[in-house]
Amino acid sequence: MVAALERVFREEWGRVLATLIGFLGDFDLAEEAAQEAFAMAADRWPRDGVPSNPHAWLMRTARNRATDRIRRERTLTTKYALLVAGNSAEVPMQATTFPDERLELIFTCCHPALAVEAQVALTLRTLGGLSTDEIARAFLVPEGTMAQRLVRAKRKIKAARIPFRVPPAHLLCERLDAVLAVVYLIFNEGYGGRDELAAEGIWLGRALAELLPDEPEVHGLLAMMLLHDSRREARFGDGELVLLGDQDRSRWNTEQIAAGRAELDRALALGGRGPYVLQAAIASLHAEMPCDWAQIAALYGELGRLTGSSVVELNRAIAVAETEGPEAGLRIVDQLGLDDFRYLHSTRGELLRRLGRTDEARAAYRRARQLTDDGAERRFLERRLTELAGATGPG
Amino acid sequence: MKYVMLIYQGDALERQAALPEDEQKQVYADYQGVNETPGVTSGPPMGLAENATTVRVEGGKTLTTDGPFVGMKEAVGGFFILEADDLDAAIEVASRVPAARYGGAVEIRPSEVYW
Repeated sequence: MVAALERVFREEWGRVLATLIGFLGDFDLAEEAAQEAFAMAADRWPRDGVPSNPHAWLMRTARNRATDRIRRERTLTTKYALLVAGNSAEVPMQATTFPDERLELIFTCCHPALAVEAQVALTLRTLGGLSTDEIARAFLVPEGTMAQRLVRAKRKIKAARIPFRVPPAHLLCERLDAVLAVVYLIFNEGYGGRDELAAEGIWLGRALAELLPDEPEVHGLLAMMLLHDSRREARFGDGELVLLGDQDRSRWNTEQIAAGRAELDRALALGGRGPYVLQAAIASLHAEMPCDWAQIAALYGELGRLTGSSVVELNRAIAVAETEGPEAGLRIVDQLGLDDFRYLHSTRGELLRRLGRTDEARAAYRRARQLTDDGAERRFLERRLTELAGATGPG
Repeated sequence: MKYVMLIYQGDALERQAALPEDEQKQVYADYQGVNETPGVTSGPPMGLAENATTVRVEGGKTLTTDGPFVGMKEAVGGFFILEADDLDAAIEVASRVPAARYGGAVEIRPSEVYW
């Protein structure tokens, strides 16, 4: 029962909140009303049973809570008038279908006038239904800091009047990029080991794909996340990082790989060839045996031309090293100006190690270690350094 | 919704002065276009920041200093008032201000509304 309730709550929170915000035009009021409605459900449903239409029950209850609150705070006359107007148009609110305004909500939360960390926090709080405390813990900041960030963001939405709507066609492309970037950031934050955020990113990706079924990049992002996440179990062995080539493939989640490939096919069928679609295609090739490194290198080449990113070029170097040998990979790496990027140095270290240039490999791994915080990645670098020390004496 | 739109020139004045004549004309035309946009109330033309005087009062004593409160490059270069539906509409108008594309910027400040 509890698990079933949690599932309903999880599915309904964002939807109920979005509809309430659209209706009330006020984040705080909507959030308070939604919270009260969910608390009442948690109290009553286990006793009286789950209503036949949980969404309608939650919406009606939340709306009534909001109405009561506004009646008590008579000074908010404009809002009261709004609610009265809403009541006179009973039809949509009484009906069992309420407008799904989650898309409006996510575009508001990811508006470029908000700082990216505020966009992330707000998206997780409103769409994802995570508590302030959960978000704070996931991002390793004090709860007070996160609460302040959310309050500030909501205040700005109201004060600067950030619109609650799906952007018009001429803005949609760039605003959608911002939304996808937030979802990807949430997923990526979890990829380093914090599973709950990875799951959250995928959950948001699924919701977006459902809401924007014709946008190839949305499916591309979801495909990429599913494919990367399918290897999560195998990426860590006893809490230690395991590289792709050394992973135990029986621990890959084949069901999720299939789901990721289905999303990728959908994106390609829609004519997608954007950055997320390309990354999903690469992730899909990585999950094949044997890996088609030449094809991966070509896709990284295309992605690099699209994004102009040196990090992408670094990845291309790794693929090139697999097909044309470490020397060819190293030539690309040595042209990149990414001196503060730890993966540049760990990649150099690996290629130099394969070439038997042990001293240079050690220096590169040491530089990578310098740039890496404590954790699985750092321990991996330590192991490499120990192995190299074993080859030629103390490192 | 009322917005106060602050224009910062940054390097824009120098860069515009170095433009070919037809592009300079375009800059003037674009400012004119912004001023004529529905909802825009243009502010009075603002003189150069180097002619500014900054006043402070400390312990009842009025202190004046030469120049703007912030650095010369950071000083406000002009402003206008915009009545618009929402922030997206204000961003659209701001993006048409020439200073924004020649190394300056426009800051959108919502005018406080009490209700």
